[in-house]
Amino acid sequence: MAKVLVVTSGKGGVGKTTSTAALGAALAQHGQSVAVVDFDVGLRNLDLVMGAERRVVFDLINVVQGVAKLQQALIRDKRLENLWLLPASQTRDKDALTDEGVGKVIADLRTRFDWVLCDSPAGIERGATLAMRYADEAVIVTNPEVSSVRDSDRIIGMLDSKTVKAEKGERVEKHVLITRYDPARAARGEMLGIDDILEILATPLIGIIPESQDVLRASNVGSPVTLNDATSAPARAYFDAARRLTGETVEMVVPAERKGFMNRLLGRRAA
Amino acid sequence: MHGKADSKAGIARQQVRLRGRSYVAFVFAPAVPIVDWLSEIDATLASSPGFFVGKPVVLDLSSVDLSQSAIAHLVGSLEQRSIRVLGIEGVEGDRLVASMPPLLTGGRPCVITRTEPQAKHEAKPKTNSLLLDSPVRSGQSIIFTEGDVTVLGSVGSGAEIVAGGSIHVYGTLRGRAMAGVNGNSAARIYCQKIEAELLAIDGYYQTAEEIDASLRNQPAQAWLQGDIMRITPLI
Repeated sequence: MAKVLVVTSGKGGVGKTTSTAALGAALAQHGQSVAVVDFDVGLRNLDLVMGAERRVVFDLINVVQGVAKLQQALIRDKRLENLWLLPASQTRDKDALTDEGVGKVIADLRTRFDWVLCDSPAGIERGATLAMRYADEAVIVTNPEVSSVRDSDRIIGMLDSKTVKAEKGERVEKHVLITRYDPARAARGEMLGIDDILEILATPLIGIIPESQDVLRASNVGSPVTLNDATSAPARAYFDAARRLTGETVEMVVPAERKGFMNRLLGRRAA
Repeated sequence: MHGKADSKAGIARQQVRLRGRSYVAFVFAPAVPIVDWLSEIDATLASSPGFFVGKPVVLDLSSVDLSQSAIAHLVGSLEQRSIRVLGIEGVEGDRLVASMPPLLTGGRPCVITRTEPQAKHEAKPKTNSLLLDSPVRSGQSIIFTEGDVTVLGSVGSGAEIVAGGSIHVYGTLRGRAMAGVNGNSAARIYCQKIEAELLAIDGYYQTAEEIDASLRNQPAQAWLQGDIMRITPLI
C-alpha cells in the first residue's frame, strides 16, 4: 500500500527540498521503492539536490498535460536503483498544474512505488495546495524561529481542511521535522526551544536535524545528505526520521553541543 | 317576587359556562391476584419514581369481580403509592360509595404518545455555543455570532475567533479574540495562557502591546467595566 507524503512548510528556505531528498534516499536505502516529486514548478531545485539535473527530459507538467508518459519522465537515481525522481518544469509556472492532472499522476505513482514524496513549493498558493492535495501523510519542516513556526501552523490548518483526506472527513497524518537546529544557539537561548515549537504546533515530532555544513556540502555535489555522508550528524538524524516514518520507534535525541569533545580532540592533535 | 327570582336565576345560569376538554388517562386494568398486580406497579415505580404523579389514572375493573370493600382497599393501596384514581369504570354503580372515585363511562381507547422526547428534539437546534476540539491554526477564522465559542486547544498566532457571546480557550490564546460582537458587553474572554495579539469585547479592544506584560503566559480573563477593558488573572 503506497503512501503519499508531502514535505511542506509554508515558509521558504527552511529545508523542504533537502529534507525530501534526504528522506527519500534514506527510505530507499531501507529497501523501499521511492519516488520524489518536485512540485516547485518554475523554481525547481530537487533535480539539483538529487544530482539529476543533466538527465531531465520530460517533467511533471508534461505528464499532467498528457504530453509524456509517467515512465518517460521518471529519472532513476544512479546510486540507488529503487529511488526515482519526477522533476518539475523550470520554464512553466504553477498555473500549469491542474487538480485532476495531479490526481491522475499521484494515482499512477501509487501503483508503482511504496513511497511518493512530494516536495512542496513555499507559500500557500496553487503549487503548495496541489502538492498536499492527495497526501496521506505530511512532514512539516520547521526552523526554530517564530516566523517559520507560525507559517507551519498555517500549513497544518490547510492540511486539516484543504486535502482530499480532510474533505472526506479523514485525517492527514502530520509530523513536525525541525531543521537547522543549532545546539550552541539553543543553549544560549537564542532560538525557540523544541518544547516551545511542539507546544505551538500541537503536532508530533518526527526528527530534529542539526544545523551542519554537511548539508550544504552534500547539496553542492548533488547528493542527498543521507547518501553523501551517511555517518554525518544530519544524515543520522534523517535516517532516524525515516525509520519513524515507517512505523519504527526510535528514541528522539536532541542534538547537544559537542564543543568540549571537539576541543579535546583538536587540542590533542595540536600538542 | 317570582319574576325577580327567575331573572336572578337567569343571570346566574348565564355566568356558568361549560367548556369541554379532553385528557388522556392511563387506564389500570388490575388482574387477580391483586397483590401480584400491585407488586408489578411497585416495580414500575422503582424504575421510574413519580411516573404517574400528576397524570390522570382510571381503574378498569371489568376483568375482575371485586366487592365494595375490595375496591376500597385497592383504591387505598394505590393512594399509598401516590397514585390518585380519577375514576372507575367497568363496574356496577352500586358497588361504589361516595368516598370512592366516580364511575366513568364512554371512554375511548387511544395511543399514548410520549411528549418528553419531542420536547427534547425541539430544544436541540437551539444550541448557542460552538465547541472546537482541535487547535485553531494560523490563518483560520472562526466566526460564530450566535453565542459562545469554546476551544479545546490553542489559538495560533494569526488565527481569529469572532463570537457573539464569550470565548473560552483551554490552551494558549496567541491570535485574535473578539467576543460580544453583536453588542453583548457582558461577554468575556477566558484563556489558560494569554499571549493574544488582540482582544476585543463589543467593539472595545486592546492590542498585545497594551496587555500588561506581567499577565503574559498566565491564565487570564478579559471583560468590560463600562468603557474600559479589564484583563485580570484567573486564579
